Amino acid sequence: MARSKPELMQVVKQRRDATLNALVGGVPYIQFLDITFDRRGDELTGVLNFDDKLIGNPFLPAIHGGVTAAFLEVTAVISLSWSHLWPLIESGELSPEDIEAGNMPAFPKTIDLTVDYLRSGLPRDAYARAYISRAGRRYASVRVEAWQDNHDKLFAQASGHFLMPQLKTE
Amino acid sequence: MVSLRQAQQVGLPFWRAQAHKETKPTHKVQAMTDKTKIAAQFIQAIPHANALGLQLTHIGHGEAEITMPYNEALIGDPKTGVIHGGAVSAMMDTCAGAAVMSHPAAPGGTATIDLRIDYMRAATPGQAITTKAECYHITRNVAFVRATATDEDTDRPVATASGAFTVEKR
Repeated sequence: MARSKPELMQVVKQRRDATLNALVGGVPYIQFLDITFDRRGDELTGVLNFDDKLIGNPFLPAIHGGVTAAFLEVTAVISLSWSHLWPLIESGELSPEDIEAGNMPAFPKTIDLTVDYLRSGLPRDAYARAYISRAGRRYASVRVEAWQDNHDKLFAQASGHFLMPQLKTE
Repeated sequence: MVSLRQAQQVGLPFWRAQAHKETKPTHKVQAMTDKTKIAAQFIQAIPHANALGLQLTHIGHGEAEITMPYNEALIGDPKTGVIHGGAVSAMMDTCAGAAVMSHPAAPGGTATIDLRIDYMRAATPGQAITTKAECYHITRNVAFVRATATDEDTDRPVATASGAFTVEKR
């Protein structure tokens, strides 16, 4: 049976990275907090690039608890959106040009988010990864973990529910 | 606000630093006890609270009110101009912490143990968001807080939050 030749690696990577950059770069608040995403295949890691304006307690100093909550929420929403759009990105139905042209797909909407603060957020970069517990047609349940120097020592974790956008193809 | 453990250190340097420092009170924040005055100064000294443009409009007796003016840098949905939920979370966390610190039975600083935020609707673009927080119960170790955020339409909440905070010894 004839199988179509796989696409060149650079082509695949370029398409995935461009889509991710367009998705993340379009949101002013994500730029405000300077959150970026590392991608390995379909797996995303959120990075909160440290800056003095993220400080909540200048005497410790420590990252603001609200920034931690926002970082967890942004990571959850982007990861959920990414996994939701992944089949469209791979099939070429959704191209970065589409997103840049303003045809940005709607993001999932946060219904609720519960944050546990486990340790003080140190004044340095933080990382977060989201685990999608369940992605249904309308609702999704997501758990997010955040750490700094040591992945085993989480400084915060959250769990939340999201309302999924309805894709046009459905 | 900040997180457990190291948070105990919050009290000392902060209380001493404020002892020989006077700031000018605004009209709304006038008849305040020393402690609520210190809490007000503390909120205004938070770098991230300044980054968000937070204004403390009322504080005292376990209650606090904070306003966040509309700011394009905080937009979460570029299509509609709606403020990102993360910015609302950061503001609600700050306001809840301020309510704890202003409670007559709270000896000093505080740190968030957990915070749950429910999002009811998108805040209307162009309008300021105001959060009212109330510390409705406090024990020797834990303070319980609830908060509501609204825009100019004060009858329909944008978000509500409830959380537990540490009570740091002086």
